[in-house]
Amino acid sequence: MVMGIKGKIRRISGPVVVAEKVSGLEMHELVMVGKDELIGEVVRVEGDSATVQVYEDTVGLKPGEKVLGSGMPLAVELGPGLLMGIFDGVQRPLEVIQRLTGDFIKRGIKTPALPREKEWHFVPKLKEGEVVSGGEIMGTVQETPIFEHRCLVPPDVKGKVVSVAKEGDYTVEDIICQVSSEKGMLELKMYHKWPVREPRPYMERLEPSEPLITGQRIIDTFFPVAKGGAVAIPGGFGTGKTITSHQLAAWSNAEVIVYIGCGERGNEMTEVLLTFPEWKDPKSGRPLMERTVLIANTSNMPVSAREASVYTGITIAEYFRDMGYNVAIMADSTSRWAEALREISGRLEEMPAEEGYPSYLSSRLGEFYERAGRVKTMGGGVGSVTLIGAVSPPGGDFSEPVTVHTKRFVRCFWALDSALASMRHYPAINWLTSYSEYIDYVESWWNRLTSNRWRSQRLKAMEILKREDELKEVIRLVGSEALPEQEKLVLETARLLREGFLQQNAYDPIDTYSSPEKQFVLLDAILNFHDAASAAISKGVPASKIVDMPQLTDLAKLRMAIENERIDEIKKFSEALSAEVKKLTEVKF
Amino acid sequence: MAIQMEFRGVTKISGPLVFVEGISDVGYNELVEIRTSDGDMRRGRVLEVSKGIAVVEVFEGTTGLSTTDTSIKFLGKPLMLPVSDDMLGRVFNGTGEPIDGGPTPFTEDYRDVNGLPMNPFSRDYPNEFIQTGISAIDGMDTLVRGQKLPLFSGSGLPHNLIATQVARQATIPGEETSFAVVFVAMGIKHDEASFFKRSFEESGALKNSSLFLNLADDPPVERLLTPRCALTLAEYLAFERDIHVLVILTDMTNYAEALRETSAAREEVPSRKGYPGYMYSDFASIYERAGRIKGKKGSITQMPVLTMPNDDITHPIPDLTGYITEGQIVIDSDLHRRGIYPPINILPSLSRLMKDGIGKGKTREDHGPVASQLYSAYARSQDLRQLSAIIGEEGLTDKDRAYLRFGDAFEQRFLSQRFDENRDLETTLSLAWEMLSLLPESELTRISDRFVKQYYRPK
Ligand SMILES: Nc1ncnc2c1ncn2[C@@H]1O[C@H](COP(=O)(O)OP(=O)(O)OP(=O)(O)O)[C@@H](O)[C@H]1O
Ligand SMILES: [Mg+2]
Repeated sequence: MVMGIKGKIRRISGPVVVAEKVSGLEMHELVMVGKDELIGEVVRVEGDSATVQVYEDTVGLKPGEKVLGSGMPLAVELGPGLLMGIFDGVQRPLEVIQRLTGDFIKRGIKTPALPREKEWHFVPKLKEGEVVSGGEIMGTVQETPIFEHRCLVPPDVKGKVVSVAKEGDYTVEDIICQVSSEKGMLELKMYHKWPVREPRPYMERLEPSEPLITGQRIIDTFFPVAKGGAVAIPGGFGTGKTITSHQLAAWSNAEVIVYIGCGERGNEMTEVLLTFPEWKDPKSGRPLMERTVLIANTSNMPVSAREASVYTGITIAEYFRDMGYNVAIMADSTSRWAEALREISGRLEEMPAEEGYPSYLSSRLGEFYERAGRVKTMGGGVGSVTLIGAVSPPGGDFSEPVTVHTKRFVRCFWALDSALASMRHYPAINWLTSYSEYIDYVESWWNRLTSNRWRSQRLKAMEILKREDELKEVIRLVGSEALPEQEKLVLETARLLREGFLQQNAYDPIDTYSSPEKQFVLLDAILNFHDAASAAISKGVPASKIVDMPQLTDLAKLRMAIENERIDEIKKFSEALSAEVKKLTEVKF
Repeated sequence: MAIQMEFRGVTKISGPLVFVEGISDVGYNELVEIRTSDGDMRRGRVLEVSKGIAVVEVFEGTTGLSTTDTSIKFLGKPLMLPVSDDMLGRVFNGTGEPIDGGPTPFTEDYRDVNGLPMNPFSRDYPNEFIQTGISAIDGMDTLVRGQKLPLFSGSGLPHNLIATQVARQATIPGEETSFAVVFVAMGIKHDEASFFKRSFEESGALKNSSLFLNLADDPPVERLLTPRCALTLAEYLAFERDIHVLVILTDMTNYAEALRETSAAREEVPSRKGYPGYMYSDFASIYERAGRIKGKKGSITQMPVLTMPNDDITHPIPDLTGYITEGQIVIDSDLHRRGIYPPINILPSLSRLMKDGIGKGKTREDHGPVASQLYSAYARSQDLRQLSAIIGEEGLTDKDRAYLRFGDAFEQRFLSQRFDENRDLETTLSLAWEMLSLLPESELTRISDRFVKQYYRPK
């Protein structure tokens, strides 16, 4: 790294510092500012002056103090030691920072992201004499009991392997592979750096093909996201963005989770830190933390590092994708990132567009969501990044700029609804305004599981819910007693769908994760009841007799009563219920 | 330590801002002393600095300052608050100077009032039940130690009464020591301030409290410092002195107005309703100073109070607060009009940390299900009340009528209590069961049978 004085501070306004007499500073270059060497990034170069966005509090900084260049852009370290870690927005390890400065974060801390002293057991995959290029696997490290870290040749390397380390224990600074290339002899380590604002390269983009199973019924069954997809979760305060993101981080069947707390609460990161080591992955039975990377730039941490945090997160996610894994990344909340962008833009005295946001808000959002995807990697494997972005619209109003622009770049939209949340209907995902464009992609996966009945059952349930909504208007005018008997049944089935299927309690040990099998059996049970009841009504049974059946209370509670392993009991319950309903036709009314 | 230099080059005064030229060695955000020719001393801070020129924001406002005979001294450090546990039992102005006629408190340490962000890795999760003695809060929207739970109110509503009741009554059942209260008044009226002072004195709580008072006629820029000074003391007490601190901040709406006013004076691009785009981060720099730290005995619990302009919960002040705090307690003008104290509307209220602070081993095993059942029953009773207003009570079923009775009793007996009535949790929960016993047993779908057997006693 070439460090040298590249200018002097001329002006300071919040996190924005203007340096003058700069020589050779480049756009996006990482710089150290002032005598405490606060880290920052060049965001504008004009003649001999450069504007720097500083990632730490600028209190006490003075005009005339030095600005040091680093000769390289803001980058993250990619290698073993990411998992189970918690980093700030510019990838400083918060656990190490705590050891260095105590419980409050002080300024000017310089510490590498990945632990330098820790040794990893490296198993080589390359041989001497082989020709390698970027993205190929040099060797593997069992980073956690459930995760094999594949050490990659950095994307921009191409050449012939001169030597490879033997199987053994190495630190990330040890040289494990030498490659002779056009650029000369390259010494590769288990980690490399990559600039956060530059998407990592891949061979080609692939169509999504499989659902990301989240164990959340309204998501998987009604508004599924495919691996490699992009989703937005907009919602006013307290509607459930964070809980939904936590649920996805906990239960999704991705191999790696990157969770970004972007400008949100400190306690929410603590909650993840406390619960994830306790909670077990349903597949491996291992603590969820072993596949998780946390990025925490909470609302009281510097706002410019908040801006960087989403890039830090997505770059780490792409790196795991390049190993051939399916990665899911949650950004809670992208609105806080957009606000950071707005704040810095204001300090830069740029022309504001809508609601003070800079005119490039939309393109930044677009670039970010484009980094999701399923790809053929440089190394020849297949990996994906599924991106789930929470959006916090002011006043819960979805017509504000961040929600509106985000909608253009995602193909799945889980609209959280304040009215549902205040009725304590959780998750408060509105089934009438949410959508997913991934249904065609994931259909065949579900069909295999459900003997081709997934799509039609899903549609049928959705129709009942839509009909309920229409009927609500009618009831407001004439009351529900005036409805035809079949319509009364629709209301009851819709209630069962809402209470027995759509609602899902994140804090209930059984309900928190619903296997795809359980989801379908539950849906089937409710719809089978509907069919049986509808048949009974056409034979003259009054709807009220059916609605009053005490079993319906149990049907609505099956989601919490029966574990994923015991879904046969749901089937049995359903058969018994249909039989009971049928019996009603034998009674004279 | 930098040499403290005095400058005379004030070239322009605009709103609360003073532009000083010919300066050198001045740091961003450092503290400034401004002296007029007649010896009047004010303070301010460096808002922006470039070579040779600094923009200074004057806390006390610029009225009476002139470009000709004002001298400016840069102190080389941000605003520091002297702190010690001597400050309990005392009353301060908005920047932490004693105004109760007592001696200057002994100083243990000087702290930057802006504080530093708590490392998320160091935090400990709040999960200890605080008994406020108010049924609506303890029973339905439980406060836990280290939480930030605001009161969303409106003008003319008794939020101050509720806040003082909480300050007076808050305890952790089974613990000897109670809370130290740091009370932060921002832009409140003189009579409100004397109400608070009196009620702290009368209850004897004053000796374990610190009051920071920025009144309505105090300068708005100073108002921006008041919560920061107070929280600096709170952090010192909590994390150096092992004290559990309850911080009451009233009224955040006045604080936000001051923020808007100074932002306009700085000619910043406004965001929604004229409030600055950084209001979220600014609020967070106050609210996030609540919490617990692993390995530390003390804690900071915050109860901010705000009045919603036009009772509009989507207004930026409640909205941005709700995006940061861990729930909200909503005070309702309709309940207030009907003479119910405390007029807490439980339907839009929520304590997000409640689930971690209640239940077996913490409060009582049936607490969670009881709260959930009360909530849904009350919601139902409210719907039915509306319906019966249209179709008349005759059109209702017996069950519906039971709900109506429940709703009335819930408001009259469970919600309502005296200002000086301190109910322990057992009392609150037995009242809750009395209310639930007004409903048919088959309606208690959220409570397991064993609790119903134990507590359900229909008349
Ligand atoms: N699936 C769920 N199961 C149970 N409770 C839920 C669920 N989703 C949300 N909640 C409840 O709603 C509350 C608020 O949820 P959450 O914190 O996720 O909201 P948010 O949208 O992230 O709000 P903010 O924008 O303020 O961060 C939670 O504390 C919890 O009480
Ligand atoms: Mg949230």
